[in-house]
Amino acid sequence: MRKQRSTFLFSALCFGMAFLYVPIFLMIFYSFNYSKLVPVWGGFSTRWYGVLFQSEEVWDALALSLQIAVVNATFATLIGTMAALALVRFGNFRGRMLFSGMITAPLVMPEVITGLSLLLLFITLEGIIGWPSERGFTTITIAHITFSMAFVAVIIQGRLAGMGQELEEAAQDLGAKPFRVLFDVTLPRLAPGMLAGWLLSFTLSLDDLIIASFVSGPGATTLPILIYSRVRLGLRPDINALATIMVLAVAIGVIVAGWLLFRQQKQRTREMQMAGK
Amino acid sequence: MSQVNDAAAGHYGDRPWLAPGAVPFIHIQGVSKRFGDFVAVDNVDLEIYKGELFALLGGSGCGKTTLLRMLAGFEEPSSGNIFIDGADMRSVPPYERPVNMMFQSYALFPHMRVEQNVAYGLKRDGVPPAEVRRRVEEMLAMVELSDFARRKPHQLSGGQRQRVALARALVKRPKVLLLDEPLAALDKRLREQTQFELMNIQDKLGVTFIVVTHDQEEAMTLSTRIAVMDAGRFVQIGTPTEIYEYPQTRFTASFIGTINMFEGTVVRDGGGLALDCADLPMRLALPEHFDGGEGQQITLAVRPEKIRMSKTQDAGGGAVVSLPGKVRDLAYMGNLSIYRVEVGKAVVQITAPNQRRLDQREITWDDEVHVGWDTASALALTE
Ligand SMILES: Nc1ncnc2c1ncn2[C@@H]1O[C@H](COP(=O)(O)OP(=O)(O)OP(=O)(O)O)[C@@H](O)[C@H]1O
Ligand SMILES: [Mg+2]
Repeated sequence: MRKQRSTFLFSALCFGMAFLYVPIFLMIFYSFNYSKLVPVWGGFSTRWYGVLFQSEEVWDALALSLQIAVVNATFATLIGTMAALALVRFGNFRGRMLFSGMITAPLVMPEVITGLSLLLLFITLEGIIGWPSERGFTTITIAHITFSMAFVAVIIQGRLAGMGQELEEAAQDLGAKPFRVLFDVTLPRLAPGMLAGWLLSFTLSLDDLIIASFVSGPGATTLPILIYSRVRLGLRPDINALATIMVLAVAIGVIVAGWLLFRQQKQRTREMQMAGK
Repeated sequence: MSQVNDAAAGHYGDRPWLAPGAVPFIHIQGVSKRFGDFVAVDNVDLEIYKGELFALLGGSGCGKTTLLRMLAGFEEPSSGNIFIDGADMRSVPPYERPVNMMFQSYALFPHMRVEQNVAYGLKRDGVPPAEVRRRVEEMLAMVELSDFARRKPHQLSGGQRQRVALARALVKRPKVLLLDEPLAALDKRLREQTQFELMNIQDKLGVTFIVVTHDQEEAMTLSTRIAVMDAGRFVQIGTPTEIYEYPQTRFTASFIGTINMFEGTVVRDGGGLALDCADLPMRLALPEHFDGGEGQQITLAVRPEKIRMSKTQDAGGGAVVSLPGKVRDLAYMGNLSIYRVEVGKAVVQITAPNQRRLDQREITWDDEVHVGWDTASALALTE
């Protein structure tokens, strides 16, 4: 009975995993295909990686994507952390519940809506104050910050809620002014969470297609946009290579972020034990 | 002002509040704290003098931590005033108060080494680095943690952490040190050792301590005075001896140590007054200090160690109470034994030193005995 159930669960797991990962492995597999026709195996080769990096277009898109991702992650981490601090620490202010709910809205909002509304915002702004005069790096970055920061805020909020105020009080008791306390005690303890938030924002930005295509302009092609536009003209082996590289980058980001969050969890448990509770 | 205090403290040792003209160092005036409808601290008045080691004693949730947090500045009193060294503490933030607190859970900074933890408060005060280093070393030596200076808090044992917390609070030489159950996490031996350390520190540095505890033994050994708290109010304030020997209420009497209580009505008996207790076979003579009248409902309280027990009838006399009873239960505690003797319908608890070995003792289970005490050892409690 027990055996049967576990066999069933095991095959369900295998099926689910296959469903998730076979397409990705297939793509990686074909990126090493010598043949120009994607589904026809012509022997192992790294030829398409070479082709890929000879294309200036690819380099430009990569550079743009990385710049956006870094700036986005940095700002999203700062703003998200501040928002979380305001929500958890500065007592009850008017509209706190509303703010708390609203900050997580971008997490569930359909990306099409986010993209569309931001596009409308930028166009309206351009009409009124003449900025942003063109859509590209700036608009994509701002758009990415809006949803990345929500992720950061949620991560940091969770950490803060579990932390308690006692260490901050101890620091104040020893003569530290509130601003000092923030830098000496609160932020160092939030550092792993902030780093995880940064990495998550970085990867979210790196693989966003929908929002970016809404708010990007003619000269600004991010990597996902480039891939999508090329594939629409037919499967191409060099795009497989490009996508493989992205999978690798995203996987590294997510794994490191996950590891940091795990460590943070462990540290919290340890602090709870230390408090003797 | 503080010079007067110092002189007074010198003269009157650990009883500075008796000195003529003594000015309280901490003055708590009609302080209340409400959380919503709940009153955690209820209109409390208290004066604490320089150099005291003042213990706040009371059951869980009676408002001890809340009172300390108001002194440290983490909570504003809902009403009333707090003065420290003559200065009104209203709206003085925690980082500007001449008070340091040792937290119930130590609150060590987990990302800093032991030495950084201890140095933190000095650095905030702008003490020059060389002096910071010297004072931190000195303080770590005092709490015997010099070898652990470079460790992080999670690499220490519970007792070591507690000493780091103590060092961190003491190194600033605050005028007032608030300790919230400082020794709760320590084993008995380490606790006793630290209690003596605390008293030494207090002698050396002349800091005024306020110690929260719900361990009554700790309060008895440590403090110059004890305030017994119940439901946000002070029930009694006094020296350990006063609190133990002359509790004013049933609550204090039963909260500190063990005590036998006999409830009954005051009746006229022969020439004087006596207590008529329904559970006891005879009336009890009342102590001289009793100034109530006939018909009053009171409780007569006697500490277990003040009761004698013998197989023969006590010599008796006017100043002694003597009752016949039967030993029902007996617990061997090593240095002393606890007897539970049935007297009438009541059970009287008696502690007696084990002057002989266990197998040679005179009185054992089911022995018929007489228990008695000097009437002056008993207390007549009216509330
Ligand atoms: N922030 C708060 N909000 C509401 N109620 C509170 C708050 N802080 C304390 N209380 C309540 O006030 C009462 C006194 O709490 P306090 O922490 O002072 O107790 P304590 O005497 O220190 O108890 P213990 O010995 O268990 O530490 C408790 O009933 C507690 O529930
Ligand atoms: Mg408490």
